Amino acid sequence: MDNSGLPGSVTQELLSGWARTSPSSATVWAPDSSDSIRKHLGDDYPRGIVARGLGRSYGDAAQNAGGHVIDSTANSEILNLDVDRGVVTCEAGVSLATLMQVLVPMGWFPTVIPGTRFVTVGGAIASDIHGKFRHGSFCDYVEQATLTCPTGESFAIGPNETGRSLDAYWATAGGMGLTGVVTEATLRLHEIESAWMLVDTERCNDLDECMARMLDSDDVFRYSVAWIDTMATGASLGRSILERGNHAPRASLDTKHAKLANDYSPRFSIEAPSWFPNKLINKLSVKAFNELWFRKAPKSSKEHIASIVSFFHPLDAVLGWNRIYGSRGFLQYQFVVPYGAESVVRTALERLAALGAPSFLAVLKRFETSNPGLLSFPMPGWTLAVDVPCGISGLAELLDGLDDLVIEAGGRVYLAKDSRLDRSRIEAMYPRINEWRAIQESLDPHGTMQSDLDRRLGLKENSH
Amino acid sequence: MKNALGRIESVLVLGGGSDIALATVGGLVANRARTVVLAGRNLAAIDAAGNELRSAGAVVTAVEFDALNLESHTNFVNDTWKRFGDFDIVILAFGSLGEQSLDERDPLAAAEVITANFTGAATVGIAVAERLRQQGHGSLVVLSSVAGERVRRANFIYGSAKAGMDGFFLGLGEALRGTGAHVMVVRPGFVHTKMTANLKAAPLAVTPDKIAADILRAISHGSELVWSPPAMRVLMSVLRHLPRVVFRRLPI
Ligand SMILES: Cc1cc2nc3c(=O)[nH]c(=O)nc-3n(C[C@H](O)[C@H](O)[C@H](O)COP(=O)(O)OP(=O)(O)OC[C@H]3O[C@@H](n4cnc5c(N)ncnc54)[C@H](O)[C@@H]3O)c2cc1C
Ligand SMILES: NC(=O)c1ccc[n+]([C@@H]2O[C@H](COP(=O)([O-])OP(=O)(O)OC[C@H]3O[C@@H](n4cnc5c(N)ncnc54)[C@H](OP(=O)(O)O)[C@@H]3O)[C@@H](O)[C@H]2O)c1
Repeated sequence: MDNSGLPGSVTQELLSGWARTSPSSATVWAPDSSDSIRKHLGDDYPRGIVARGLGRSYGDAAQNAGGHVIDSTANSEILNLDVDRGVVTCEAGVSLATLMQVLVPMGWFPTVIPGTRFVTVGGAIASDIHGKFRHGSFCDYVEQATLTCPTGESFAIGPNETGRSLDAYWATAGGMGLTGVVTEATLRLHEIESAWMLVDTERCNDLDECMARMLDSDDVFRYSVAWIDTMATGASLGRSILERGNHAPRASLDTKHAKLANDYSPRFSIEAPSWFPNKLINKLSVKAFNELWFRKAPKSSKEHIASIVSFFHPLDAVLGWNRIYGSRGFLQYQFVVPYGAESVVRTALERLAALGAPSFLAVLKRFETSNPGLLSFPMPGWTLAVDVPCGISGLAELLDGLDDLVIEAGGRVYLAKDSRLDRSRIEAMYPRINEWRAIQESLDPHGTMQSDLDRRLGLKENSH
Repeated sequence: MKNALGRIESVLVLGGGSDIALATVGGLVANRARTVVLAGRNLAAIDAAGNELRSAGAVVTAVEFDALNLESHTNFVNDTWKRFGDFDIVILAFGSLGEQSLDERDPLAAAEVITANFTGAATVGIAVAERLRQQGHGSLVVLSSVAGERVRRANFIYGSAKAGMDGFFLGLGEALRGTGAHVMVVRPGFVHTKMTANLKAAPLAVTPDKIAADILRAISHGSELVWSPPAMRVLMSVLRHLPRVVFRRLPI
C-alpha cells in the first residue's frame, strides 16, 4: 500500500475510543490542509478511510482497523466570525473548547454543547450531538457545512440547501463519518449576556418525582439535566439531583460576578493517574461517591450563580477520568425512549442495580424535538446514559435485554456511545437506515469510507 | 469486529477437529459468533463436527489444511482471508503426540511430530500474524501445553516441540504489540480428548469444556498467557524446579 504521497504527517497508531475498549491499529494521516483532503480522499485505500476528531466517542466510531484515519484536528482554524449575525465559520477540526474560549467573551455561545467541551465540530456533526438543551441537536444549528466525498467532490451541504445537498446533509448529520469528511462548517450561535449561569438545584427522592418535575417546570429553563444515583434502590430508585439553568442576564449578577461578567477561564484541577487498578471501581467506592454527590447538593437552591464549566463540564476538570476504570475499560449505555415509555428508564435502573453494576451517576435528559437526520439519535422523549465498567458478568445479556425493551418502546441507543450493540438490532432502532444507505452509497460509490463501528454494526449495506 | 464486552463475529480454527477448539468455538457461537471456519486434513470429519455449531446458529465451513505441508501455508492463509474477510480470532489447535516409543528411534517420524507441533505452527503462525497485522485487530490463540514447560522422558519429542512453539508464540506476541493484533498462549494440562483417549489421566485432568471456559475468559481479559486449569501454574512451577534426579523418578 503506497500512501507515501499524502501531504502532511503519516503515522501508524493504535486507536481506541474514550472508553478504551477494542483498540485497533490504523495509518493516521494529519493532512496539511483541507484542500489536501479534497485531493486525496479519492485515492485507493485498501481498507478504507474515516475521519477522527478528538476521539471522544466512547466506542469504535473513529477507528479503522488496518486502514486509514484522518486526524481532523490537524485542520482547526476559525475562518470567520460574524458577531452581528452570531455565526461562526470554522474548519471541522476546531474544538468546542476553542470556540467557547473565543466566543464566550464576545457574548456568543455554541447553541448545543455536550457533556465535554473536548469535541470537534466535525465529530459534533457526525454524531449530531445533543446537550442539556432540549430544543434540537447540533445539526439543527448548522447553517452550512462543506462535505468532501471520496469521489473527489467537495460541496456545500446544509438544512437550507435543496436536492442532493440537502440529502447529503441529513445523511451526514449523525452519519458517523461514513458519508465523507466534513472540512468546514458555519454554526448559528446563541447570544449570552454573561459568562455565568443561574442554576436551580433540587433533590428528588425517586424517579417519578424527578420526571414529574422535569415535565412540569423545565419550560423556564434553557438547560436541564438530572443526575441519578444508580446505587439507590427500592423506594428510592431514581433518587436524583435535578440541575436546571439559564445563562445569567447581566442585570442579575452581583458586583463580584459582574466584574468578571465575560470571564471564561476553564482550568484543569486534577489529572487521573494512568495506573488506576481495575478493582478500584467497586460497589463500595461508588456508593460512597454517589452518596457524597447527593448529599453535597443543597436540598434546593435557586438561581445560584455558577460558571459555565461547573454547570456544563464538571467532568472535564479531571483530565483523563476515563482511566479510573482500569485496563478493562468501561462502556456507556445511552438510549432514548419516547414519552410514555418511562417504565423502560425505570427497568434499566432496576436491572443495572440488581446486577450490582457499580456505576457513577447516570444522566437523565429530555428531548422535545427530532430532526430529519436519518441516523440522528434524538427524538422527543427521555434519554438515560449510564457508565458501567466492562467485565461484570451478565452485562452483555442485560444490555441486550434492555435493547429489546428500548426497541419495543420505539427508541434507540446512541451510536456515538455504543461499543457493544448487536447488528441485528440496528434496523429496528434506526428505521430510516435504508434511505441513509442509498444516499451514503451515492456519495461513496466505491465503499471508501470505513470504520470499525461500521464493520461491527454493518451500517452500510455492503460492509461485511 | 470484537466488541467492548469481548463478543466476536468470526473465528478460524487451524486443526478444526480439535475437541478443545470445538468446545471453545461452541462458547463463542453461544455468544453470537457467526462465521466459523474449520481447517484440517479430514474434511468430512471436520464438516460433521461443525454440525453442532450450525444448529447453534453459526455459518460453518470446513476447509482443507495440512500442518505438515509447510509450502502451502501462505497461500492457504491468503486464500482463506480472501474468501471470508477478517477473522476476529484464529485458534491454532493442531498438534500430534506421535508414538514416542517408536518415534524416538525413527528420525523422520520424530521430525514429523516436531513439524506438526512446532515448525508447521510457526509457518502458518507467521502467515496468520501478517494478516492480523494488516487488518489491525484480532487475536491468535495458540494451544501450547504444560508438556513444554518441563520436558519429560515419556514424551520428549512432543514436549520439546511444544516448548519451542510456546516460546515462538510468546515472542511473536511481543513482536505484534502495538499493531492491534494480539497473541494468547494457552498451556493446558491433561484434557480428556481424542488425543489422550488412550492415555491414563494425569493429575488435574479436565474436560475440554473446562479448558474452553478458561480460554473464553482469558480472551475477554485480553490475556497473553493462560494456564488451564489455573492450578497447573502452581504445579508446574514446582515441577520446573525439581532437581533432575527427583523429577526423573516421578510417575508422570
Ligand atoms: C465526557 C463525555 C461527555 C459526553 N457528553 C455528550 C453529550 O452530552 N451529548 C452528546 O451528544 N454526546 C456526548 N458525548 C459524545 C461526544 O459528543 C461525541 O462522541 C462526539 O462525536 C465526539 O466528537 P469528537 O470530535 O471527539 O469525534 P470522534 O470521537 O473522534 O469521532 C466521532 C465520529 O465523528 C466522525 N467525525 C469526526 N470528525 C469528522 C469530520 N471532520 N467529518 C466527518 N466525520 C467526522 C468520526 O468518523 C466518528 O464517526 C460525550 C463524550 C464524553 C467523553
Ligand atoms: N488433550 C490434552 O491433554 C492436551 C494438553 C495440552 C495441550 N494440548 C494441545 O491442544 C491441541 C488440541 O488438542 P486436542 O486435545 O483437542 O486433541 P484432538 O481433538 O486430537 O485435536 C488435535 C487436532 O489436530 C489435528 N492435526 C494433527 N495433525 C495435523 C496436521 N498435520 N494438519 C492438520 N491438522 C492436524 C488433528 O486432526 P487429524 O484428525 O487430521 O489428525 C486433530 O483434529 C493440540 O495442539 C494439543 O497438543 C492437548
